Amino acid sequence: MEYFVQQLVNGLTLGSIYGLIAIGYTMVYGIIGMVNFAHGDIFMLGGFSALIVYLLLLSVFGGIPIALALFVMIIVAMLMTGLWNWVIEKMAYRPLRGSFRLAPLITAIGMSIALSNFIQVTQGPRNKPIPSMVSSVYEVFGISISLKQIIIVLVTAVLLTIFWYIVNHTPLGRAQRATEQDRKMAALLGIDVDKTISITFVMGAALAAVAGTMYLMYYGVIVFTDGFTPGVKAFTAAVLGGIGSLPGAVLGGIMIGLIESLWSAYFTIDYKDVATFSILAVVLIFKPSGILGRPEVEKV
Amino acid sequence: MANTTSTPVSADSNLTARALREGFYAGLISLGLFVLFVGLKTDQNILNELILVQRWGLLAIFVAVAAVGRFAMVAYIRPFMERQKVTNLVTGLLPDSVATRFFKLPVFIAAAVIGLGLMIFGGTISASISPTAGAYLSLIRGAAVVYTLASVFFYFRAYIVANFSMLAIIALILYPPVILALTGVQGSLKWVDNFGVQILIYVMLAWGLNIVVGLAGLLDLGYVAFYAVGAYSYALLSSYFGLSFWILLPLAGILAAFWGMILGFPVLRLKGDYLAIVTLAFGEIIRLVLINWTEVTKGTFGVSGIPKATLFGIKFDASKDGFAALMGLPMSSAYYKIFLFYLILALALLTAFVSIRLRRMPIGRAWEALREDEIACRSLGINTVTTKLTAFSIGAMFGGFAGSFFAVRQGFVSPESFVFLESAIILAIVVLGGMGSLVGIAVAAAVMIGGTELLREMSLLKQIFGEDFTPELYRMLLFGIAMIVVMVWKPRGFVGSREPTAFLRERKSVSGSFTKEGHG
Amino acid sequence: MMTKDPILKVDHLSMRFGGLMAINDLSFEAYRGDITALIGPNGAGKTTVFNCITGFYKPTMGMITMRQKAGKEFLLERMSDFEVNRDAKVARTFQNIRLFSGLTVLENLLVAQHNKLMMASGYTVLGLLGFPTYKKAAAQSIEQAKYWLDKANLTDRADDPAGDLPYGAQRRLEIARAMCTGPEFLCLDEPAAGLNPRESLALNELLRGIRSDTGTSILLIEHDMSVVMEISDHVVVLEYGQKISDGNPDHVKNDPKVIAAYLGVEDDEVEDVIAEVEGETGGAH
Repeated sequence: MEYFVQQLVNGLTLGSIYGLIAIGYTMVYGIIGMVNFAHGDIFMLGGFSALIVYLLLLSVFGGIPIALALFVMIIVAMLMTGLWNWVIEKMAYRPLRGSFRLAPLITAIGMSIALSNFIQVTQGPRNKPIPSMVSSVYEVFGISISLKQIIIVLVTAVLLTIFWYIVNHTPLGRAQRATEQDRKMAALLGIDVDKTISITFVMGAALAAVAGTMYLMYYGVIVFTDGFTPGVKAFTAAVLGGIGSLPGAVLGGIMIGLIESLWSAYFTIDYKDVATFSILAVVLIFKPSGILGRPEVEKV
Repeated sequence: MANTTSTPVSADSNLTARALREGFYAGLISLGLFVLFVGLKTDQNILNELILVQRWGLLAIFVAVAAVGRFAMVAYIRPFMERQKVTNLVTGLLPDSVATRFFKLPVFIAAAVIGLGLMIFGGTISASISPTAGAYLSLIRGAAVVYTLASVFFYFRAYIVANFSMLAIIALILYPPVILALTGVQGSLKWVDNFGVQILIYVMLAWGLNIVVGLAGLLDLGYVAFYAVGAYSYALLSSYFGLSFWILLPLAGILAAFWGMILGFPVLRLKGDYLAIVTLAFGEIIRLVLINWTEVTKGTFGVSGIPKATLFGIKFDASKDGFAALMGLPMSSAYYKIFLFYLILALALLTAFVSIRLRRMPIGRAWEALREDEIACRSLGINTVTTKLTAFSIGAMFGGFAGSFFAVRQGFVSPESFVFLESAIILAIVVLGGMGSLVGIAVAAAVMIGGTELLREMSLLKQIFGEDFTPELYRMLLFGIAMIVVMVWKPRGFVGSREPTAFLRERKSVSGSFTKEGHG
Repeated sequence: MMTKDPILKVDHLSMRFGGLMAINDLSFEAYRGDITALIGPNGAGKTTVFNCITGFYKPTMGMITMRQKAGKEFLLERMSDFEVNRDAKVARTFQNIRLFSGLTVLENLLVAQHNKLMMASGYTVLGLLGFPTYKKAAAQSIEQAKYWLDKANLTDRADDPAGDLPYGAQRRLEIARAMCTGPEFLCLDEPAAGLNPRESLALNELLRGIRSDTGTSILLIEHDMSVVMEISDHVVVLEYGQKISDGNPDHVKNDPKVIAAYLGVEDDEVEDVIAEVEGETGGAH
């Protein structure tokens, strides 16, 4: 039982990271109907920004309180990836808006290849390990919960609350939802659609940057290919939860985290990704628009 | 009068001011983008700790290039392009007036002479001078050859466009002997294998995927799975049962088609991006099973020592009844490569032939109709499930053929070769080429794969950036950037129009603005 | 007239979407060789009836029987959409035109002959090998397409993409395409919507031609009363998913319930209208 709860905690932590990335996929999909394949690499870029900022802080200030360091890392990483995604959207995706559905998908795949190789070229192909930043572990009812895990779940929860508030209770959120429903009509009603879409990309990237920072802190290592697997998992999470649905993305992320940690704990760790993808396929076969997605009514 | 003269002047100064402003912003933004990733580099010191290396000079270059580039773009290049009237937005190409100025007969003759001369005597000349000069020499040679070929294409463009398929096939058949004559037996290895065979594999894969994506409009992000099935079918069945290539080639195709059916059946009810992610997932599942099912597949070590193919029982080895001995030629692996070249050419042409024939059959028309409107298809009595399934499994079959060829060419297969990136590259080639167009796809494959292969040849870059500069490192970076640039430039791909499969009076191409891309 | 031979019988059909009863216990018949019109105010459930007949929706309750000329009967509510066309020989068009816009006009008509050609090509295998049976069938299918191109007055545009045609021509093409499947029963969803008077006339011509030349029975949804009254033999009126009138055009035109439904009279006024109409016709109803 304790072992099971322990795995739940691990799964929740992992799921939080996936959920944060998945929101970026789902938001962009919701607003312009495009699968932003490069989002996983934006996450990786966030992780690298955090890494470099951390090293910079260490070399400039020597010792620095971890909480402060984390805060600075998150903020800089958010700004950095926000800027990147803003430029990417403007240069690579905006010219293709409203054309042919596959064109932006291919551009995004190209962007994903370019970004990961950019980091490989500029930062080198090797693993980037850092010494453990946070190492406290608490024992609660026989379950060991590390401070890292608490931070990750807490940060995720706080961000989701802020985010949920923005989408549901601010003029910006209203503009986003309107653009999502009908871009032309939104533009006619005076919403700056381009700006709204840009902000959506920046917001998605910022959340991915937080996920990247958390990932770096949790695993203590990052490498230029790290965008792919978490990216695909998060995309899977977004689809599993019903792409376009924000609560769905979080739910999907947590589900994938749980599936992974439980499968690794009770079966073989080798096939954990096979299990994840198989469950995705099975869920979609019975619920073709994901768990919380609106069922697609066939308009005849 | 004063007005007419002063207007251009103020427009000019406005333009310059705007260019300066935009250049400044571009510099500022690129400073923001690159300050962490270019300005600083994470590196490991002797203690294996990460440290930061500062590279502010490089960062300054990046920022300067961005700022100056943007300034030049706004101030000079864009007005220049406008003055040249690059209004040919349909083709996106420069107008003929520019081209005729660029391609001139005397230049063409000079280029042809230089190119040919350097090809023949280049070896002797570069042996006698420094490697730096030699590198420049090979660059000049490359440029001359490219210019000569481009001029030939330009002058005969009408004829070439009209008879493209035939000319291309003839050129491909003549390619190995010409290369053999020009570069000798050992020198031909690289050109036949790295360029010829490598590009043709991608052409074949992209033509196979084109049936699924281009014709039927089903977005498949896991095509590489069928490539893997074909490769492993050959690798495992030949090493466990000793079956020959010619038996296993069709078998690999059938097995891949069978897998296409198995995977397709449950998922083809899904639409659009849901289908895409599930196909991606299946691709990953197959790769992960190949990695983890070590008893059979040997995991990440891969299967090695895969037997080579034979030509009517003649082996390509050093034995006395091997190909070289029989022909009275000195033993060289080049002959096997040339044999492989013709083999993949035949397979690719088979794929093209079948796709062309199928398009004119009811099933092919049903695929295209499915891409256009699935509901209308069903109202016309077309069973969309079986129609999708046939597209999926026929596409998979060609992937399987290509896979078994890949195994026989490499003599070694491992899960490394079947990552998602491969699926992405194949899909990119299909879309960049223009969905449904075989010629466009072949051109896209040649440009994208050949272009990145060419980068390996750029020994000149080593001279500029230093000996430890490896152009290969930049291969995928440039590949990704090229994908973006081509897509933004031509969202419908190189060939955006579609050829009708039947006509009453005259065959008119259907403009890309009418064709749909499918929702499945 | 002889006793009429029903080609389509709708019995107690109901369709519920969540809490909304789109069709409520609807029964009517369409007769062989007739043009039957299904009319009613917006939201009366006409298109839903169509979707139930053609297999795109599965009705909540009820039975839809299609009886072919040869006497074979099909229960359409049990068949999937493509089988309704392939086996029961019921073809349809759509309210929002659904053409294969990137295929040429001719190709659109060839796609419609898919099942026939599929057979002839030995499920592609024989055709791929170049067997003559397929070549013959392919030539025949072009002839068939030509016939309908001529009927729909589209021969000049045969090699143009369908998406390039003007609206009226697209409507005619959609009908021609449905006819190329060789149906016995043709369902048209608002074929005259958006047509100008001239195109409307051409459409009437086409529909009459279809009935007289092929004997195909037609069921159509229409708002344009001039079309309905001119060409239909039999009119069924729906309101709120229920049938309120059924008969020949003259009968329906004078049915007070229909007048009330179209003029939107209050319920208690209906009685007055009925009394009024009955007074006028001398109660000879």
